[in-house]
Amino acid sequence: MPVFWLILIVLGLAAVGYIIGRQRALASAGGDSRHLHSLPSYYGSNVSIKVMVPAFFLMIVWLLAQPFVIEGRVSGMIPESEIREGSSASLLMAEVRRASEGLENAVAGGFMTDEEARNARADLSDVTQRLKDAGQVVTNTITQPILKAAQAHRAMVKSSNLYMSIAVIAIAVAGVFWGLAGAKADFRARNVVERSIRWLLVAAASIAILTTIGIVLSLIFNTVEFFRLYPASQFFFNPTWLPSFGGGIDADGNPLSKLGIIPLLWGTLYISLIALAVAVPIGLFAAIFLSEYAGPKTRAIAKPMLEVLAGIPTIVYGLFALLTVGPLLIGVFGDDGLGWMQAGTAVMTAGLVMGIMLIPFVSSLSDDIINAVPQAMRDGSYGLGATKSETIKQVVLPAALPGIVGAILLAASRAIGETMIVVLGAGAAARLSLNPFEAMTTVTAKIVSQLTGDADFASPEALVAFALGMTLFIITLGLNVFALYIVRKYREQYD
Amino acid sequence: MYDVHTHRAETNVDDIKISANDVQVYYGDTHAIKDVSIEIEAKCVTAFIGPSGCGKSTFLRCLNRMNDTIDICRVEGQILLDEEDIYDKRVDPVQLRAKVGMVFQKPNPFPKSIYDNIAYGPRIHGLANSKADLDVIVEKSLRRGAIWDEVKDRLHAPGTGLSGGQQQRLCIARAVATEPEVLLMDEPCSALDPIATAQVEELIDELRQDYSVVIVTHSMQQAARVSQKTAFFHLGNLVEFGETGKIFTNPEDPRTESYITGRIG
Ligand SMILES: Nc1ncnc2c1ncn2[C@@H]1O[C@H](COP(=O)(O)OP(=O)(O)OP(=O)(O)O)[C@@H](O)[C@H]1O
Ligand SMILES: [Mg+2]
Repeated sequence: MPVFWLILIVLGLAAVGYIIGRQRALASAGGDSRHLHSLPSYYGSNVSIKVMVPAFFLMIVWLLAQPFVIEGRVSGMIPESEIREGSSASLLMAEVRRASEGLENAVAGGFMTDEEARNARADLSDVTQRLKDAGQVVTNTITQPILKAAQAHRAMVKSSNLYMSIAVIAIAVAGVFWGLAGAKADFRARNVVERSIRWLLVAAASIAILTTIGIVLSLIFNTVEFFRLYPASQFFFNPTWLPSFGGGIDADGNPLSKLGIIPLLWGTLYISLIALAVAVPIGLFAAIFLSEYAGPKTRAIAKPMLEVLAGIPTIVYGLFALLTVGPLLIGVFGDDGLGWMQAGTAVMTAGLVMGIMLIPFVSSLSDDIINAVPQAMRDGSYGLGATKSETIKQVVLPAALPGIVGAILLAASRAIGETMIVVLGAGAAARLSLNPFEAMTTVTAKIVSQLTGDADFASPEALVAFALGMTLFIITLGLNVFALYIVRKYREQYD
Repeated sequence: MYDVHTHRAETNVDDIKISANDVQVYYGDTHAIKDVSIEIEAKCVTAFIGPSGCGKSTFLRCLNRMNDTIDICRVEGQILLDEEDIYDKRVDPVQLRAKVGMVFQKPNPFPKSIYDNIAYGPRIHGLANSKADLDVIVEKSLRRGAIWDEVKDRLHAPGTGLSGGQQQRLCIARAVATEPEVLLMDEPCSALDPIATAQVEELIDELRQDYSVVIVTHSMQQAARVSQKTAFFHLGNLVEFGETGKIFTNPEDPRTESYITGRIG
């Protein structure tokens, strides 16, 4: 039975349980809900919860465990000799799985009868041909043991699914009776429901936290793995980035790939610096205009317009950099103009466009912070005969400064993590140079290029992406923590 | 209502610092001040009394155009300072506020050091030629604000770190540091203990030698102690204005009498 139907059945049982539970509870109170401990709907929900929670829990555990159990048993059927040179048991297993799914789909599509799919002495080439006719992806190398294993695999999956359906439905039905046992006037259904809701929220929160921990752990493990294959001193201190895709070791025993992070970090910092040099003054001035000078009408129009900038996907900014800003800069600084710039992709191009992207980020956060400065503070300054700009410069901005610094740091950590604009706007050359009109690249752009293409995921050339990611993660985490610390410290002043 | 003419007859016109005629103030559609005409004398302390929400602060803020900072606030009528209309287009509210200083109902020290709080006004108006000058002004102002002894050892600590009452005295010191001709004080003593209150009242008395002071207060005793003239506001109207002694002993309007004896407000 497909899982989809199983889910519908459980939901159906839950709905029926809800209605019956509600009615029974009402009936036990003689039809007067005032004699019930809880509102009638709580009795219904109590039944539904007792139907759904155990049934779905069993289903999830079963579906998670099933592949491990089945593959463990099937793998015993494949002789060692089947594992060819350059292959591995896990690759072979993947082939078995593919063949098993192919058989299932071919039967479902009517290209094969169930008998044929199970036939142990089936002709190999015939089966392969039929699978291909059915549009299933098969390699040419289905061998006898693989076919056998696939047939066993398919049989086990089918029976396992059947057992699961029976078990889940049985548990759901049992849940109905368990829940109905509580459909009595003095049962504290509300407390049960409240507690379940609490656990639901706890579960949601823990999933969010556990995923974060999982991501960080996978980063850490892969980074450690990288440093086992590649010397850390080379990674941190080698000033060149020149991966050789074959990998390998030179005569002195040093790796051929030069995976120094310095030029990438330099590119990242240089581009971020230009971006902030654009975004901070413009964003800050825009924020001051919006919060101090603009009338309510201007503000109502200008603020959302600025924030629209924040909603533009970064790939669009990337295109803007590649197709508009790059050629524009070439026109001024290129060979026809000042002669400083060779190609449209350069640190300057990416930095300018990234700066534009960050403007709403800086302005909208700063605007909120400037607005949080109490009006009494401004009144105090005006009351002493200060002008508007004196008040802003000497009272409002100093009061808002910690918050503004926090906003700038958050913007900086976005700049450091930005990828698309760099890929399209800054070029791909890892270079240590001071000239902002040269192409350079950043950590994020190199992570992309190391993992795209057919890289071997166990090689240092691919694993370096995790070490780069980890470095970035630590830098941005540090910046964010610092920013939050400053923002929070500032908040304490007025609350 | 109080008759302005009898009052004008007994004082010299030169002594009138601020003269308001038919002032109306609206907050959006709310009519907060209705037809108020009043004359505030130089070298005199004028007290504004009245129940909460009657418009004392609003009227006070008209006198140095602080209401300009509230978008929805509209002021009509005429207010003359030294015979010049302060709502005239040619008048710069910034210069006006340098002449007519203000202490607010809630203490609002700047997030700067105590020293810089006081030095703020003198600096923007260029009152000090040297650091030594400024030091003198700061010390003198803090002494007049009755807070010098408490803060003299921590002039460079933040002003926001002081207690509420200390902050209020800091704000008073900050306002007198710019040497205004008129000082508007909105309940300056509401957060102060009796000792500090007495010191502030002493300051007000001292300021009267050179300046006009207008003080809003909820304390009848305070109004009676420090002021020479008292104005009673009720629901946006100026009900009665006259010599303090007369208002408290022999009020003309029954509303004034009920307020003073504690029946309204
Ligand atoms: N910024 C504002 N916007 C709208 N209405 C206001 C504003 N400030 C004051 N008002 C209204 O104007 C009226 C007078 O207020 P005001 O602050 O002048 O009273 P007050 O006499 O100073 O009272 P209190 O003794 O409580 O300080 C009140 O009804 C108040 O609601
Ligand atoms: Mg008030």
